[in-house]
Amino acid sequence: MSRPMRFVVCVLVCAVFVFPLVAMLVVAFTPRELIFDGGAGLWPDRWTTANFTGLAETFPVWRWFGNALVVATLTTLLAVAVNLAAGYALAKLRFRGRGLVFIVVLSTLMVPTQAIMMPQFELVARMGLIGFFWAVILPSASTALGVFLARQFFLSIPVELVEAARIDGCNHWTAFLRVVLPLAKPLVAVMSLLAFMTQWNDFLWPLITLRDPDLYTLPVAMSYLQGQFDADYGGLMAMALVSCVPLLVVFVVLQRYFVAGFARSGIR
Amino acid sequence: MSAPTVERPADRDVSSEARGRAPAPSRGGSLTAYAMVAPNLLLIVVFLLVPLVWALVMSFQAKRSFGPGRWTGLDNLTRLVGDDVFWRALLNTGIFTVATVPLSVGLGLALALLMDRALPGRGVFRTIVYLPIAVSTLVTSLVGLLLFDETVGIVNGLLRDAGIGPVSWQTDGRLAMVTVVLMTLWTRVGFGMLVYLAALQDVDGEVMEAAEVDGAGPLARVRHIVVPWLRPTTFFLVVINLIWSFQVFDVVYVMTNGGPGYDTTMLVTYAYDEGFGAARNFGYGATVGLVLFVLTLAVTLVQVRLNRKVEES
Repeated sequence: MSRPMRFVVCVLVCAVFVFPLVAMLVVAFTPRELIFDGGAGLWPDRWTTANFTGLAETFPVWRWFGNALVVATLTTLLAVAVNLAAGYALAKLRFRGRGLVFIVVLSTLMVPTQAIMMPQFELVARMGLIGFFWAVILPSASTALGVFLARQFFLSIPVELVEAARIDGCNHWTAFLRVVLPLAKPLVAVMSLLAFMTQWNDFLWPLITLRDPDLYTLPVAMSYLQGQFDADYGGLMAMALVSCVPLLVVFVVLQRYFVAGFARSGIR
Repeated sequence: MSAPTVERPADRDVSSEARGRAPAPSRGGSLTAYAMVAPNLLLIVVFLLVPLVWALVMSFQAKRSFGPGRWTGLDNLTRLVGDDVFWRALLNTGIFTVATVPLSVGLGLALALLMDRALPGRGVFRTIVYLPIAVSTLVTSLVGLLLFDETVGIVNGLLRDAGIGPVSWQTDGRLAMVTVVLMTLWTRVGFGMLVYLAALQDVDGEVMEAAEVDGAGPLARVRHIVVPWLRPTTFFLVVINLIWSFQVFDVVYVMTNGGPGYDTTMLVTYAYDEGFGAARNFGYGATVGLVLFVLTLAVTLVQVRLNRKVEES
């Protein structure tokens, strides 16, 4: 294909891909009566911010936002800590059962949480975690991808570095924390982004465990609003826009970290 | 692409894996190691393995919600085999999978090849195709509703302006399936493209040039050099997309809720309805869930087998 030809095809493809986002943006600023009268369009006669103000007056939007932030942040902190530590031990320390531990971690890929949601829910309930964010956070902290990324990274760090630190009087912990970890900033960035994004967007498990509207995260809140709003797409799109813009901005700004993380998950 | 340092050439990994052995393990050393893997293992055992075993137990029980389970042997399995809705859900999941997996991977490859070489605005094009990756499935589904709503939706509005329609996206079961597939593709094609683009960075430029000098056209080069080179990547993408398609829930739950009728009911939406709907039938819901587990297990085992074969040859 010639270059101008490829350019034209790219423009067309991107038009298709950006279309749903444009539709969301436009409808979020379209007065609701216009939608009820003549349907939603890409260029309304009038624009309004009433969808946003109406939303914030009727529903605890900021609270949902805060919930999402707290849940995603706590999950990220916990996930990075447990997966980083396990990945380091699997890459750099020798211990009995190392191979088995790695297999157990990888085999979690074969158990989709959707397949075990009923016993998982009853277990979490019997542990007394329902009604708290921990019900959402704890089951999603350990991820095979996180451990895998960490192990791959630490394998590429020369063992001489760890040995030198040990000779200089570090024990295993201080060698890890003071010598190796400072080198792992890009790894921590990738792991954090992936963990945060996954939890921010997760729906089914929070839908099951967060029974109180005051505890909803954004996806569960949106599903709840869908029932409340019926076909009031202005309000729904306002909520959708508010919930996805922060992550889209982060994604564009830190795109190369995301790309590195996803690419690494694909090339084994 | 100026990649952060997590990206290391693959050959480094091998040599460092050989060197990666820590010095002879002192007693304190392996204690540290156990302390480092323990939190992770604990979470896996408590929140994954215990529920998995419990799901097996539930599948042999009549059990409503958190109530006590009563052993009923193979009753759940017998009901499953004779349950038309279950077979419909399995068939729908199959249709959804057959529609989404090849298109996600194929379009991902096509777009990666399209945007791999130099082009004005390439970075912007790539970013636009990536964007849906960062959009939650819930937002995707709500936007899907907005686009395909039969009465006030945008697509029917545009079609009406063109003198077509109205198209029954929601009341026609097949079209409802099409809308669910389309919105799923919107979020997945970008991921395929991203993974392919990363793999294309490593295609040997000299081999490509040599082939060009020898008179291989662009299509021949793609077919005989690029596609074989990308085989492991394609394999990974097929497996991950298969698993994602088996697990589909969010888009269906929001856009069609399994309807009209049972025309878009999937395995997970059916398990959810049984377990968390009015019936609260945990025993049967868990049984349906285990079908998903078996499917995922089968795909992963096939993957492991094939991987081993590739490594041996």
